[in-house]
Amino acid sequence: MKWGVVSFPGSLDDRDTLYALRDVLEQDAELLWHKERDLKNADCVVLPGGFSYGDYLRCGAMARFSPIMESVVSFARRGGLVLGICNGFQILCEARLLPGALTRNRSLSFICERVTVRVENTHTPFTRAAAPHELLRLPIKHGEGLYVASEDELRRIEDRGQVLVRYVDSSGRATEAANPNGSMHSIAGVANESFNVFGLMPHPEHAVEPMLGGEGGLKIFRSIIQSFA
Amino acid sequence: MSHNPVALPGEPEVNLAQALAHGLSEDEFRLIRNHLGRTPTFTELGVFSVMWSEHCSYKSSRRHLARLPNKGRLVVGGPGENAGALDVGDGWLAVFKIESHNHPSFVEPYQGAATGVGGILRDIFAMGARPVASLNSLKFGSFDNARTRYLLSGVVGGIGGYGNCVGVPTVGGEVMFDAAYDDNILVNAFCLGLARKGELQSARAQGMGNPVLYVGSATGRDGIHGASLLASAEFDASSAHKRPTVQVGDPFTEKLLIEACLEAIKTGAVVALQDMGAAGLTSSSAEMAARGKLGIEINLDQVPLREPNLTPYEMLLSESQERMLIVAQAGREHELQAVFEKWDLHAVVIGRITGDCRWRVSWRGLLVADIPVAALAEQAPAYERPMARAAACTPPVRVVRERPAPAEALRRLLDSPNVGSKRWVYRQYDSIVQSNTVMEPGGDAAVLRIKGTRRALALAVDSNPRACALDPYLGAMAVTLEAARNVACVGARPIGITDCLNYGNPERPEIMWQFARGVDGIRDAALALETPVVSGNVSFYNETQGRAIPPTPTLAMVGMLADLDYCRSQFFRRPGDAILLLRTSAPALAASEYDALFGGGNRLGAIDLHKERELIDLLVTLAEKGLINSAHDVSDGGLAVALAECCFNEAGKFGASVEVGTPELDTVVNLFGEGASSVILSTPSDAAARVVQMATGRGLGCRRIGTVTSDPVLRIDSDIAIEVAELRTIYEQALPGRIQGHG
Repeated sequence: MKWGVVSFPGSLDDRDTLYALRDVLEQDAELLWHKERDLKNADCVVLPGGFSYGDYLRCGAMARFSPIMESVVSFARRGGLVLGICNGFQILCEARLLPGALTRNRSLSFICERVTVRVENTHTPFTRAAAPHELLRLPIKHGEGLYVASEDELRRIEDRGQVLVRYVDSSGRATEAANPNGSMHSIAGVANESFNVFGLMPHPEHAVEPMLGGEGGLKIFRSIIQSFA
Repeated sequence: MSHNPVALPGEPEVNLAQALAHGLSEDEFRLIRNHLGRTPTFTELGVFSVMWSEHCSYKSSRRHLARLPNKGRLVVGGPGENAGALDVGDGWLAVFKIESHNHPSFVEPYQGAATGVGGILRDIFAMGARPVASLNSLKFGSFDNARTRYLLSGVVGGIGGYGNCVGVPTVGGEVMFDAAYDDNILVNAFCLGLARKGELQSARAQGMGNPVLYVGSATGRDGIHGASLLASAEFDASSAHKRPTVQVGDPFTEKLLIEACLEAIKTGAVVALQDMGAAGLTSSSAEMAARGKLGIEINLDQVPLREPNLTPYEMLLSESQERMLIVAQAGREHELQAVFEKWDLHAVVIGRITGDCRWRVSWRGLLVADIPVAALAEQAPAYERPMARAAACTPPVRVVRERPAPAEALRRLLDSPNVGSKRWVYRQYDSIVQSNTVMEPGGDAAVLRIKGTRRALALAVDSNPRACALDPYLGAMAVTLEAARNVACVGARPIGITDCLNYGNPERPEIMWQFARGVDGIRDAALALETPVVSGNVSFYNETQGRAIPPTPTLAMVGMLADLDYCRSQFFRRPGDAILLLRTSAPALAASEYDALFGGGNRLGAIDLHKERELIDLLVTLAEKGLINSAHDVSDGGLAVALAECCFNEAGKFGASVEVGTPELDTVVNLFGEGASSVILSTPSDAAARVVQMATGRGLGCRRIGTVTSDPVLRIDSDIAIEVAELRTIYEQALPGRIQGHG
């Protein structure tokens, strides 16, 4: 399979995602420049972390108007796999490819730390390599990761199993103390209705080597790879 | 063009009073007229005032800095470039520098700290190195001062707000709170970048006729006289009015500038590149020309502006951020412009290099400045300022205010904001972007791998103003040694230094004496360790209404691990391991956190540089031979605090049972004294005797003091037996408790 990682001018984790895919997972992956429209035959497009266009207005608000995003949106509508990490998640919400929105953390400050998430649904291309309710250690680093959605929307996405990962404590319970940013329902990541678009605030690309914070992120990437096997 | 620059309509008349108002002295004004053979124009006076400011010219410090060792086996690149570079093997060069942004941060903490980060990043990528790590050293006033929380939140927010947006991890640093900084905080920012060997970018102009390109953000009115009036004078009651002299940062543009500059360098069309930092367009153009012994012509009509009607004076002195100056190969400027266009940044030709060694500026067809380049650079004044031993150096009277029981003292020390965890600070920084951070903030040193190799770099910043206040020479030496010990504790060999020297008003003889003694202390330690000082920065005038900060040299040490496997953390890892205490001399309460809380401090102990060097070498050897499982430098709070910190391992529950009492040492001094170079090691039980033997063979004190336990309790002699969980809670709450506690 082929991966495409979008580089917006303020993307920061694009190279790290490329490193995780190419050097650790030995995948065929390349960067996609925001001013272009060509997805270069990617089977899965990753929108990486960072501050896309500086994000002085609202995270992801500008990025959705970029040329590459026109292609990403039509790719997603055709059923193509799209993974949005952190800023990528924010962009997918702004582009209405995912429900809900991400707002400022409860603490009002940026948080960089490792969290535990529980995999809530393993019947998706993004989570199939994980065991039901498997706990993954992943880092977060964001100032605007508090997931919000209307009550109706929350009920719908919960009922359909669109919440793929939730913040939990080390024993797997979704407590307030284990919710780093105050997200509703402790939601760390959601998929769209047809489960081909997934956004999450934690960074799987920063958890792919034992020496650098463990390998919790491999489960996400391996799931996608399995989907094309 | 006419022969002499012209006065512009509406400009103030230039006379002595005007020169004094620009921060120049009467002698300096006379010297300017000698250099020019005439009275300067108002624009030229502004230019001289920034270039001859303390901040830009190092006029009080240059002669002293010449004493620092800057040569060594690993040093690459000539002196006078923007930052130092060391060969770290496998074809990589480490380029690093530390710089102060104290005055702007006190006036406007968020932007002051943010632009401090931005400036040091530009110094690094100007050399063709991709910035891979930031660290910082912060000094605030006491928490009793209401302004401290505001300044802390602002500075940390600014460092995070900028650093997190440019994709350079903030991997470590230090934070201290002391009433001595109530009216003058310190913000020192360090950056390290990696460049391929043979690909360092120079900042030396070459080639007559080569075009000069302005790239990056447009020029506005921000930061005018940041260098001369703000950074080169004391604070007084009117300092709040200097807020407009603080620059405003735009990290998104900086991120674009990093990528665009590194891409531009790859074309091979860049002859010289420099940040428009302090004194902006003026200093960058004059310094590049001076390095090449050439001249430069600038046409201000081409400078991109944020608003119309900026005067030449304002354009030349603006410190608007995220701007760089490039000398390009003639005929290849379009290649460079294409790169900057890709990143949506300005790139315009604003001048050319000339052979007549003059700095010449025109605007709307008029010559507005015409100055010999040398007068702005190497011929700027350099002073041998008078020195006098400071009264503050007399050992203070030993006053004991309180003598709590050891267990109580340990709890209160862990609760001190200087000892307690700085997690509240560093969790606001992205410390993992770029996927190199092997050891994250909170340890003795940060460790970064170099991708594609087995190598890693260790980075630590340190300072000890309390020791420097007692003895500026011994204190500076101790700081240098502590920084070296910190990188050695994680298994790295110290290889090079960058220093940020923060002092009061150099026009006062006792401050100048402190400074000179500080330089000597660093020099002697650096020579003993064979760690050259490859770059640095001086910040004078850190005082408010005549009250100076304590002398605060901040040292950043870079260490190298030949193999990542040598890396060790401070945390105990296996129950049953032997705990060893390595010491070069006896501890003392002088300059300790214990003294600050309870009193009893006295004179600093002497330092034996030979032993210090042996200690560093032993630590690296032990790590390389795999004989130790952990190593931790005994620092703020002394031995008892350090033992507690060794137990705070997130990966498991450990305790320690130790007997440290010795007949020749008072219990309080033994448990809480600082000053001596002390390191706590844990080793497999069967290796302990060998490690002790290796240490004593080098003339170092080393003995087994106890054992790592699976029972998570810290037991020290019969004095202390406390659950590690309780100690950890106190330690973690020290900072958040104070920040939230005051509402």
